[in-house]
Amino acid sequence: MTSTSPAQPAEKHVAPQADHGDPARSLIARIAEGRAWLFLAGLLICFEVWSRFAFGATFVLNPFNLQSIAIFAVAPLLLATGQTFVIISGGIDLSLGFIMGLAAVIAAHATNMAGAAIPLPLAMLAGILASVIVAGVPGVINGLLISRLKVPPFIGTLGMFGVARGAAFLLAGGTTVPVQNSWFALLGNGKIYGVPYLVLIAAIFVVVMHYLLSQTRFGQHNYAIGANVQAARRAGIDIRGHILRLYVLSAMCAGLGGALYAARFTAGAAQAGEPLLLDSVAAVVIGGASLFGGSGTIFGTVAGALVIAVIQYGLVFVNVEPFWQFIAVGVVIIISVLIDQAQRRFSGARQDE
Amino acid sequence: MNSTNQNGPLLEVRNLSKHFGAVRALNDFSMAVRPGEVVALAGDNGAGKTTLIKAISGVFQPTGGEILLRGQPVTFATPQEAREKGIETIYQDLALADNLSIGANIFLGREPMRKAFGFLPVLDRKAMATAAKETMRRLDFHVSRLEAPVSNFSGGQRQAVAIGRAVYWDAQILIMDEPTAALGVPEQRKVISLIHQLKAQGRGVIFISHNLQDIFAVSDRIVVLRRGIQAGERKISETNHDEVVKLMVGG
Repeated sequence: MTSTSPAQPAEKHVAPQADHGDPARSLIARIAEGRAWLFLAGLLICFEVWSRFAFGATFVLNPFNLQSIAIFAVAPLLLATGQTFVIISGGIDLSLGFIMGLAAVIAAHATNMAGAAIPLPLAMLAGILASVIVAGVPGVINGLLISRLKVPPFIGTLGMFGVARGAAFLLAGGTTVPVQNSWFALLGNGKIYGVPYLVLIAAIFVVVMHYLLSQTRFGQHNYAIGANVQAARRAGIDIRGHILRLYVLSAMCAGLGGALYAARFTAGAAQAGEPLLLDSVAAVVIGGASLFGGSGTIFGTVAGALVIAVIQYGLVFVNVEPFWQFIAVGVVIIISVLIDQAQRRFSGARQDE
Repeated sequence: MNSTNQNGPLLEVRNLSKHFGAVRALNDFSMAVRPGEVVALAGDNGAGKTTLIKAISGVFQPTGGEILLRGQPVTFATPQEAREKGIETIYQDLALADNLSIGANIFLGREPMRKAFGFLPVLDRKAMATAAKETMRRLDFHVSRLEAPVSNFSGGQRQAVAIGRAVYWDAQILIMDEPTAALGVPEQRKVISLIHQLKAQGRGVIFISHNLQDIFAVSDRIVVLRRGIQAGERKISETNHDEVVKLMVGG
């Protein structure tokens, strides 16, 4: 065997600061990252033009419309913030919709029961607290199934979808449970300076969740686990504990969503979150997260939830048959994923060289 | 560092065995790594290289024998314990989170925090970026975009990040499993020069590779494994490719 002298030159071939400063690429990446906000702007412009031509009235500048859209977006957004964490970690939580329903029923029952014993405002708080805590229980079970027993998130949470659904209907006795608490009703329908309380609560909640995802170790580890669970484990991150906390967190988001639903409709219903589960996943995906894990932001998800709310409300506003909503949301999801893939192919080209 | 042991081996493995049932993956194996020394571990597939490094890095508990760190016997229940004692393993499949920055990867699992507005704990990204810049400079890698995710960097640069993490946390022994396998030729050269720097900094390196050229370019000694036993140990200056290949295949 002849040994060709190894070591030596070649060093010059290594581009020192490589080529990652390409402005065109980073612009495209930025557009792809912010695509949900672009969608949102585009939709608002569409509806504005449509509304002016069809009715001669403004769509965007009408505060009633904005309030309605914001209220519309609250419940899906609460589910979607929890879902954002789960999807970034590489998982999915299919049980959120019925955990929300379960929480709505619990909130109604607990508020009524507490209202018999303590002052109404305290009863309201007790009801909200009870619903969030009870919602944590299916979250703990999801987390244990996925982290300890290695059940795939899709299957584990699908099972919990059924369990929570059944439990919610049983607790509700198969009907909706009305809430007798004027404070709770005020919380769900009142406003301060034109901003509904519900929207205010959701906004505060979103900021807290944004902090948790972007500024804490928990959030950082969540991204790392979604990108490379092996690397995270080797770095000494407690994967099992993290996954457990993660699914409890997402379930509690749904729990708050259920409590706010009960406030808005002054009733708890087991099917409260049924149509919202897929909306929550859609909001996360439109918001720029990848279902493969590792990417996504809370503010992206906010934009995603608003896109869905604008489509749903806007199409009703311009008198289009409501079934078009499903088609429109579906198309936006697909376009969003296509943009994501194109961007990945574009910026990932150097990885698989 | 223990001054009485300055010239002794950093790491010594004595009569180490690892049996999986009847399979003797590693049998009565001994080797040593001195400060500033690069020891290559060579052997065919299934020769026991991986078992050996997993035993040293705390992934497996050895069936018999002992591991000495600066002359002191040690046992590691987990890879974290080995890491805390200064033994860092750099895996060939790049144990990085591709979506995070260099700094975030260096600090993964032990992120520095600061207080925003005097009370709110937040990740100290500035400290991470500064440390990343500093560490990469020590390795002679100059990266401009410290906030970019490491997926933006080339394979060699990412390998440097993995090595940089070990250097930052002051690993004294670096176990590198096929660090050049996934790289193009110029990048391989860069990693080889990185290993030379680790050596110059007085760290011990265990270098596992199939590539004899790389082994001869960077190592001081070569230890050959064959079917779980030590088939031979040579100084690089006193051997050649042919002899090593013979040791590996048992000619």
